[in-house]
Amino acid sequence: MSQALVLTNARILDPSRNLDEVGTIIVGDDGRILAAGADARNQGAPEGAVIRDCRGLLAVPGLVDARVFVGEPGAEHRETIESASRAAAAGGVTSFIMMPDTDPVLDDIALVEFVQKAARDKAVVNVYPAAALTKGLAGHEMTEIGMLQKAGAVAFTNGRQPLHDTLVLRRAMTYAREFDAVIALEARDRYIGAGVMNEGLFASWLGLAGVPKEAEIIPLERDLRIAGLTGARYHAAKISVPESAEAMRVARRRGAKVTCGISINHLSLNENDIGEYRTFFKLSPPLRTEDDRTAMVEALADGTIDIIVSSHDPQDVDTKRLPFADAADGAIGLETLLAAALRLHHSGQVPLMRLIHAMSTRPAEIFGLDAGTLKPGARADITLIDLDEPWLVSKDAILSRSKNTPFEDARFSGRAVATYVGGKCVHAL
Amino acid sequence: MVFFPHRHLLGIKGLTEHDITYLLDKADEAVQISRQREKKTSTLRGLTQINLFFEASTRTQASFELAGKRLGADVMNMSVGNSSVKKGETLIDTAMTLNAMHPDVLVLRHSSAGAAALLAQKVACSVVNAGDGQHEHPTQALLDALTIRRAKGKLSRIIVAICGDVLHSRVARSNILLLNAMGARVRVVAPSTLLPSGIAQMGAEVFHSMEEGLKDADVVMMLRLQRERMSGSFVPSVREYFHFYGLDAEKLKAAKEDALVMHPGPMNRGVEIASEVADGPQSVIEQQVEMGVAVRMAVMETLLLSQNQGPRSEGVHA
Repeated sequence: MSQALVLTNARILDPSRNLDEVGTIIVGDDGRILAAGADARNQGAPEGAVIRDCRGLLAVPGLVDARVFVGEPGAEHRETIESASRAAAAGGVTSFIMMPDTDPVLDDIALVEFVQKAARDKAVVNVYPAAALTKGLAGHEMTEIGMLQKAGAVAFTNGRQPLHDTLVLRRAMTYAREFDAVIALEARDRYIGAGVMNEGLFASWLGLAGVPKEAEIIPLERDLRIAGLTGARYHAAKISVPESAEAMRVARRRGAKVTCGISINHLSLNENDIGEYRTFFKLSPPLRTEDDRTAMVEALADGTIDIIVSSHDPQDVDTKRLPFADAADGAIGLETLLAAALRLHHSGQVPLMRLIHAMSTRPAEIFGLDAGTLKPGARADITLIDLDEPWLVSKDAILSRSKNTPFEDARFSGRAVATYVGGKCVHAL
Repeated sequence: MVFFPHRHLLGIKGLTEHDITYLLDKADEAVQISRQREKKTSTLRGLTQINLFFEASTRTQASFELAGKRLGADVMNMSVGNSSVKKGETLIDTAMTLNAMHPDVLVLRHSSAGAAALLAQKVACSVVNAGDGQHEHPTQALLDALTIRRAKGKLSRIIVAICGDVLHSRVARSNILLLNAMGARVRVVAPSTLLPSGIAQMGAEVFHSMEEGLKDADVVMMLRLQRERMSGSFVPSVREYFHFYGLDAEKLKAAKEDALVMHPGPMNRGVEIASEVADGPQSVIEQQVEMGVAVRMAVMETLLLSQNQGPRSEGVHA
C-alpha cells in the first residue's frame, strides 16, 4: 500500500493512447492509475492523497530500458542491482531489462530467482531479468527456455556475445516459438567484425582495426531469415547502420515477426567522438559515421527502429583505462538516456510522441511488461519531465558505480524532475 | 632559446612544417657530434631518460639509448621481459610507478595504437612515441626525412614510393604525414590486402604495380612484411609476394637512376627486398641507422630543453 497521488496541470503524453493533453493523473493507494487525462480533472482526489501541481511539466509513462548490463552477481564493484536502479530512477527509467552477462551467467532458474529477489529487496525500479539463450552464453546448447520464462525471464539473449552457430540458433528459435518468447541478439560477425572501431579513414589514421558495416548486416540478414523460417519472435538488440534498418523492413514485408532497437549512443554520437583514443566511446557495435547516425535518426522517426535503449554497460578503470584496442566495449547510459533522446525532440528530428513511444510503450509491448502506459488500471510508473531544464553531466553527480559515460560534461536541455514507480516517488530533483 | 611548442612527441600529426624543419636542422648538428671522436656532451646532464619497451626492438631501443647517452642523460632501459608487465600489471600502473621516479622523458614502444597518448595523459614528463601499434613511429619518419634531405638537398616536390605492408605499418603512416607536410609527393605500392581502408584520402597516390608506382621516383621506401602475414592470410606466399612486390634490380630500374633505396629494418632479404639492392650503391639503409641516433638526440634535446619554457601546448596528440 502506498499513498494516493494526484498530479495536476501536467501535459500528459501517453503513446499507448496517442494522448497529448493537459490534465490530471490520479493514482490510488494500490499504486495503480485511476485516471489520467483532461477528463480526470473533475474527479475528486482520493482521501489523503498527495497533490502535486505539475504546471509546465510533461508526464509520461515511466521509461522502459530494454538493454541494461549490471555487475551483480560477480562484478559488484562496477554496478549492483540497487545502484543501477537508483541510476535508472534518476534518469526517469522505471523499468529495465537486465542482461544475463553476469558471473555466473543467468542461465539457470535459481539465478533468475536471485535477481528477482535482489530486485524486490533493494531496487527502487522494476527490474526484469533476461535469461541467457545458450548455457554460459557459449553459443552451443540452449537453456531451459520454458522454465526460465516461467521463473520470470522476459527475453532470451546471448548478451554481448553474438551467436555464430546457425543450427543452434535455428533450434533455439524453433523451440522458443512454442513459448512465444522473444529472442534478442546482437549481430556481429566474428571474423570481419573483429576490429575495434568503425572501418574507414579515421580508423586507418588511428592505426586501429576497422569493423565494416557488413559485419553487422550479414549476421542480421541471416538471423532475420532464420526468424522467418522458424516463425519465432526475433529482436535485433542494437543496430547501427541504415542497411540494417532496410533489412528489417524487408524481413517485415516477408512476414517475419521481427523488431529492433538502437542504443542512444548511436543516435547521439559518431566515430569522430573517439578523438584521441577515448575508450569511453569504444562500443559494440562501434560508433558509425555522421551520415549513418542521421539515417538512423530518420529510421527511428519513421518507426523502422522500434525502440531506444541505453545499453547501459558499467566498466571500471581496470577495463577502460587501457590502450583503445585492449579496452572493454560499453558505456553507461541510464542517467542520460532521456536527456540525450530529448536532443532529437529539440532539434525537431523526432516527434516527442515517437520518442516516448520508443522508450516506454513500445519496449513494454515487445517484452510483455506491465508498463509503458498511463491507462486506468496500469501500474503508476510515471516520469515527470521538465523539457527545457538546462543541466550539465558531471562525473561527481553520476549515481552509477561506474563513471564511463560518453556524455561527461555534456550540456543537455530537459531531464526527469521526478520519477514514480507504483505511485511511489523514487527520484525527485 | 628553443622554439618548439610541444611537450611530447606522440606523432607527426600536429607538427607543422616549421616544427619538422626545426628538428631536422637540430639533427644535422647532432650528426656532427656523433662523427666526432669525443661523442659525449653535457647538454642533458642530470636528466633521466627511461626507455619503456613493451615490444622487443633491439635497434630502436639501442638508438634511443645511445642518443640519450651522447647528450649526457642517465638512461635506463625497461623491457617487458624483465618487468612486472607480464604479471598482469597494466601500462598505466607501470607508467605511474616509473613516474614516481621522476624521469624527464619516457620513450615508449607498445603494441597498441594510442598507448603513447594514454601514457602522456598520466605522467608528468615528456613522452616520446617509439612506435605504438599500427599508429605512428615519428622518429622513424624524421630519420627517413633527414636521410632524404641530406642526399637530395630538399624534401619538397620529390617523389617517394612507399612499398609493401602499408596496412600494418606505423612507419608508413608517419611518413605519409611528414612527407605531405613537407610538400613531397607520396605514392604507396602494395596489393589491396595490405592497404588500409580510405588510403586514397590519406595523401598518397595508390599503385598496385611496382613498375608504375616506381616510375620516376626519387626515393623507394620498402616496408617490412611480418612473417605471419606472408603465407595465405594477406598474401598467398613469399614467392608470389617477391615476384610482384619484392624490390630487385630489375624493378628498381623504373625509378630514377639516382633514386634512394630505403628500409626501416630489420629486412627480410628475399621477401620484400633482394640483397643485390639492399647492399647496392643506391641503398642508404646504413645511413638511416646513423640518422636515427641523430634525430633522437635532436628530439630529446628539443623536448627537454623546452620543458621549462612557455608557452607550450599540451602535446602533439596522435
